Amino acid sequence: MTARNRELGYLVAVAALTGLGFASVYIARQAVIGWSSLTYAAFFMGLYLVAHVVARVTVPNADPYLLPMTGFLTAVGLTEIYRLGPSDAFKQGLWVVIGVAAFALTLVVLRRDYRILESYKYLFGVGAIALLFLPRLPGLGETVNGARLWIHVGGLQLQPGELSKIFLIVFLAGYLREKREVLAQGRLKDLGPVLAIWAATMLVLVATNDLGSALLYFGIFIAMLYIATARLWYVFLGLGLFVAGGLVADRSIPHVAERITNWLHPFSSTKVYCPINGQMELRQDCQSYQLVKSLYSIANGGFGGTGLGKGTFTTTGGQALIPDVKTDFIYSALAQELGLIGVSALLLVFMVFVARGMKVALRVDDGFSKLLAAGLTFGFALQTFTIVGGIVRLIPLTGITLPFVSYGGSSVVANFILLALLLLVSHRANSVS
Amino acid sequence: MNKRISQVALVALVLLASLILATTYWQTWASAGLAARQDNEIQRVAQFTIDRGLILASNGKTVLAKNVKKKVNGQTLYFRTYPTKGLASQVVGYSTQSRARSGIEAAQNSYLTGSNADLSTIFDTVGDRIKGTTVKGNSLELTIRPGAQWLAQHLLEGKCGAAVVMNPKTGAVYVMASSPGFDPNLIEKTNGYTQVQNTKSPCPPEPASPLLNRATQGLFPPGSTFKTITAAAALDDGVYKPDSTFYDPGYCTEYGKQVKNALDQSGPESFGTVNMVEAFQHSINAVFCNIGKSLGAKRILAEAKKFGFYSTPPLETPSDARSPSGLYANGKLFDPTTDKGFSKVDPGRLAFGQEKMLTTPLQMAMVASAIANKGVIMRPTLIKQVTSPGGSVIRKLKPHVYKVATKPATAGALKNMMVEVVQAGTGTAAQIPGVVVAGKTGTAETCACNTVYDAWFIFFAPAENPTVAGAVVVELQKDGFGGAVAAPIAKQLMQALLPTASNG
Repeated sequence: MTARNRELGYLVAVAALTGLGFASVYIARQAVIGWSSLTYAAFFMGLYLVAHVVARVTVPNADPYLLPMTGFLTAVGLTEIYRLGPSDAFKQGLWVVIGVAAFALTLVVLRRDYRILESYKYLFGVGAIALLFLPRLPGLGETVNGARLWIHVGGLQLQPGELSKIFLIVFLAGYLREKREVLAQGRLKDLGPVLAIWAATMLVLVATNDLGSALLYFGIFIAMLYIATARLWYVFLGLGLFVAGGLVADRSIPHVAERITNWLHPFSSTKVYCPINGQMELRQDCQSYQLVKSLYSIANGGFGGTGLGKGTFTTTGGQALIPDVKTDFIYSALAQELGLIGVSALLLVFMVFVARGMKVALRVDDGFSKLLAAGLTFGFALQTFTIVGGIVRLIPLTGITLPFVSYGGSSVVANFILLALLLLVSHRANSVS
Repeated sequence: MNKRISQVALVALVLLASLILATTYWQTWASAGLAARQDNEIQRVAQFTIDRGLILASNGKTVLAKNVKKKVNGQTLYFRTYPTKGLASQVVGYSTQSRARSGIEAAQNSYLTGSNADLSTIFDTVGDRIKGTTVKGNSLELTIRPGAQWLAQHLLEGKCGAAVVMNPKTGAVYVMASSPGFDPNLIEKTNGYTQVQNTKSPCPPEPASPLLNRATQGLFPPGSTFKTITAAAALDDGVYKPDSTFYDPGYCTEYGKQVKNALDQSGPESFGTVNMVEAFQHSINAVFCNIGKSLGAKRILAEAKKFGFYSTPPLETPSDARSPSGLYANGKLFDPTTDKGFSKVDPGRLAFGQEKMLTTPLQMAMVASAIANKGVIMRPTLIKQVTSPGGSVIRKLKPHVYKVATKPATAGALKNMMVEVVQAGTGTAAQIPGVVVAGKTGTAETCACNTVYDAWFIFFAPAENPTVAGAVVVELQKDGFGGAVAAPIAKQLMQALLPTASNG
């Protein structure tokens, strides 16, 4: 069987699963939603068929698992978003359409040779920084939950950081391939760029007030640097610098300090007044409210979960229990409804995705492609770790999206571009051999 | 580069695998602890997704608590409503969003939500969960007789007090009234709880405390009703017999001072030579004072313990809504036989139910019940049966012996003495034509003022084959003697219950 036929088979399986998911949400909540919900599954299938056909034409030899896994992740996300708020699912559906379009566009434009990107690496580097600082611009940027990660364009709310991440990886792949020998010697004067990127990352942290983005960018950088130079002490130096920077931020940036305190001491027993949904309410766990409610949600799922559509996300009065459940906390919603068995399966899909992505990096023969594929895959993994790790209290909580699953347009589009790049590299790897 | 890519891949996979581990921790080990946390609304909401069982009175028709369905964000939730607006409100309690539960609603929550460990219930609820249908709770049928309960609440209206009537042979509680009461529907309303708490007190300076179940939580000096226990101690030991004679000088010497007989005794101030039956019949303090001094406080308290004092009486309400009876100092139960300060308890005053002795109406109903049932106290119970949503009975009242208080002969002798009280003593107001009623009055001093009393009457009937036994207390009555205030209420309750009591 050819790779693409295999891909088609998996996509059909994913479509069937999506149908089942929407059907169970429909059955559990038929009081509020109609049969039309099932058309989502059909629509979804159609959309991925388009993506499949584009892949068949442009990257026939690419890995057959990545696209179906993406389909699975978006389906899980869309189903849960649909369950939490049907109108949001419609918007998210539109974003998936745009994402697939971006995916197709990337494949079509770069189908000859994506390595042309390497020659524009500095442009991507500058672009990455520029995108990151967009939310800082007055009139354009917006502060959400204390972090400046968003911009407003027309009626749309965008997170430029998502695209910036990909730009950064493209830049690093090009830059590190070129400088790897020099950097590998580890001379002090060659450390300049490393320190510059560390400084840039810290600047990002200060600019966005967001520890998660900083961790993500710096982690990607360290991983790619290590792959390029094979110098383990870079990793330790980098981690040391990051921890030092984090400690300074903990002291000097209140938002970061608060996140860290909440991480270390989420539970309290005394009630204090705190603003919740715009009103002052007497609460336990005021600052760590979101984290604590999310943990309750996860705990309520137990081993088997409550079942799709049967979880509890509102009070008896109808107020939301977890703020931002569909974006940052989609994982705790899924953990409640699908249970340990369901989210473990979800995380296993993420792991398989990462394994396949790394396999692409292993198989492809040139340095730029290797660094690109490994960087994109590691970024994908680290982003997943950063948000889910924050939710399950392994690390301080930061508001970034769970790739393909969370509600949020920028994230979906950026990750589809990421997928397209991986498929391009994969196609090349498999075609050459 | 491949070696490093593999290493980085491994790191990435380990990071993701750690997420599965952490999630496992929260969903298994930590799950129960988080569910138990006070601010976990998910658990609270979950309780409202269950179609809670009904609470019915003993006739199976009068609905004390039922559900109203409401849709919130597409989720069907069940909220409580109390159609009688206050029948046995302290017993039934409430289950609301804004307040913790109380009463039967709290204590029998597992039955009502179908989470009890009964095999058939587990089968039903697991089935419901798998099918995705609403979990239905079990319905409770109480032993409360709605007619008599209404009557008791009506008779106590405008007063502070309580009435408990039970079947001495089965322990089934027919009446458990506490006045003032409240409308449980108010608790959920805005400011409703405050409104209930601010109920004007019919018995100042005592607060109204309508949420308090005076029948099981209210502590009152028992006054002369306690003489049944002193008499039981005297007779059980065989030291005294019903026909033992005593001289009543009209007072009893305490700490070198004369303590005059109480005002509520029937007849002259000094009776001269009387036997024990007469002393009991006319509630002569001087005689019991001296009996008490000869028995000693230790012996009297030991007897009281046989009747259930110093233990929290069993019942299907929350244990914090039931108080043990006994000696109280500064609001705390103390036992002079084990705690320090034994010498301070005066056996003479204890013998006629003063001296820091405080009892609940339920405890005194159990005393009456013990004498009615040949000295055996049956475990009091409020639940007649538990019915599954399918209609099958999963638990039915089974009478259990709670305590053996006295020898049958002692109970028999006390019964005769109590019959004399009603026939020609302090309790004549409880007489019912055609029925032999047994009773004992009590008029307890509540202050040194000698004008306001807690009026008591404990009773059972028919004396030869008792089907009802109980206690009535009316708080802080001006010149309120047990025989005049509490006995007439008891009489009406007995009349309401006697014709049908054998069905119970």
